[in-house]
Amino acid sequence: MAEGTRLAVIGAGPAGLAAALAAAARGVHVTVIDSGAEAGGQFYRQPAEGLGARRPQALHHQWRTWERLRDGLGAHIASGRVVHLTEHHVWFVETDLNGFTVHALLGPEQEEPAEVHADAVLLATGGYEKVLPFPGWTLPGVVTAGGAQAMLKGGLVLPGRTAVVAGTGPLLLPVATGLAAAGAEVAALVESADPKAFVRQGGTFAAYPAKIAEGAQYAAELLRHRVKTLVHHTVVEAHGGDRLSAVTIAALDADGRVRPGTERRIPCDTLAVGHGMLPHTDLAEALGCRIDGLGVHVDDEQRTDVPGVWAAGETTGIGGAALSLAEGHIAGRSIAARLSGAEPDPRGWAAAARTRTKLRKFFAAVDGAYAPPAHWTELITDDTVVCRCEEVTGGAIREAVGELGAGDVRTVKLLTRAGMGWCQGRVCGPAVAGLAGCELTPSRRPFARPVPLGVLARAGESEEP
Amino acid sequence: MSSRTPLELADARPGPAFTVTLDGREIEALPGQTVAAALWAAGVTSWRTTRGEGRPRGVFCGIGVCFDCLVTVNGRPNQRACLLPLNPGDAIRTQEGTGHDG
Repeated sequence: MAEGTRLAVIGAGPAGLAAALAAAARGVHVTVIDSGAEAGGQFYRQPAEGLGARRPQALHHQWRTWERLRDGLGAHIASGRVVHLTEHHVWFVETDLNGFTVHALLGPEQEEPAEVHADAVLLATGGYEKVLPFPGWTLPGVVTAGGAQAMLKGGLVLPGRTAVVAGTGPLLLPVATGLAAAGAEVAALVESADPKAFVRQGGTFAAYPAKIAEGAQYAAELLRHRVKTLVHHTVVEAHGGDRLSAVTIAALDADGRVRPGTERRIPCDTLAVGHGMLPHTDLAEALGCRIDGLGVHVDDEQRTDVPGVWAAGETTGIGGAALSLAEGHIAGRSIAARLSGAEPDPRGWAAAARTRTKLRKFFAAVDGAYAPPAHWTELITDDTVVCRCEEVTGGAIREAVGELGAGDVRTVKLLTRAGMGWCQGRVCGPAVAGLAGCELTPSRRPFARPVPLGVLARAGESEEP
Repeated sequence: MSSRTPLELADARPGPAFTVTLDGREIEALPGQTVAAALWAAGVTSWRTTRGEGRPRGVFCGIGVCFDCLVTVNGRPNQRACLLPLNPGDAIRTQEGTGHDG
């Protein structure tokens, strides 16, 4: 092992890369461990190398920031300060007397284990998309908004010709404009948020001219691609046999219920749908880190309450790439100081801290303005599949709640198997919580992804020489 | 609407296309494409039926979280199509149920 202190950064998105660059520049030996074939995470997901994209920036925003991160990473790799382990799917971080052991599975097949030892860990594990169910949401052709974008950015493919983009949240804008720019006909952008909510948050939004400019740019792109935008509307149902053929959308009333008589059917072969984002917190939970709401709790230095473990980016709460960069930068500087035994001087990262404060406030307002329809659970019929893996219906969950007395997600799971399948409740968790009438809380999962039994049996056998 | 494609938008010059099979039928894939990307490019959005109701499924989350896109490749069932890159000659099979029945 190389001399000096060792940091394991888990995740090569904006937060992880910013932290790796800040720490490496201050003498820390960094290993960046990421599941992707290329650095970038979801925000800067790169087309597969074999596709030979000469203009990948056509699918991206803030490309110059990416170039700076990419070139910085390359320079540190060349100088030996950073090791970048690609296609390493981390499933567990173990604490031991010597620090931490990061356990990963290699490659797309995820059957071969790998271990990385470190003195400190930065969790930059990002987030994933929340989708609330409605009749027909399991039809092929219905994808998450982020999923459609990931397939477009990474594989340069579209799911179909005519798309509807629906749900709520700022992600719908780049998804709709991205699909349109790549040749899809985007028949409608259907946003459930009430414009009045933005007016109420107006003061907060007005304080961020850069974000207003970004919004105006999206508006112009939507106009240019002739994408019809419907606000305070929702998807009621997706139709089709073996694949999607149309969606029914409807207007919402002031209470967030579908206004009868406003339903209209839009033929399409793709529905990209999303209702916001959730932080990936599995590794933090397994390490025993405190979770606040749905995100990992961190202090002003981005430290979790577990010594030696820092967290940055979406895992601490959803706030976008710019906030992730600021948090990652602060974490990297804090880690470099702490690992050398020094007390960090926050004046060194004052600018990043100001950005962090501003953007956290901005995204709290964003969160308040974007919202799924208040009565979204009423769209879930008794026949609607809620847990996609175990095919548990809305009716089965209502029975568990109403007749069998389940009052929390865990009891619903034990009675119905909702959340017991491959994805371990990551997809159906919000819906089950909504139907059970309880708040969504992070589920405690021992491992962050499925692990072959053979890997568990061999764990600990292959120590470093 | 424009007839632009994602490959044109990104000015992609992929390496030579190669052949894989889906249930014995030949389809073309580009270097670097995952199983899911190649199937989408071939106009296929469903390649699995569920264990309970036998319903068709394909990509949902696109980033390896949801496991809806499971598929059998070269005889190995339950591979996530959105993560697995293709190689020339790969045999993709529509996966029924757990993938262990046939």
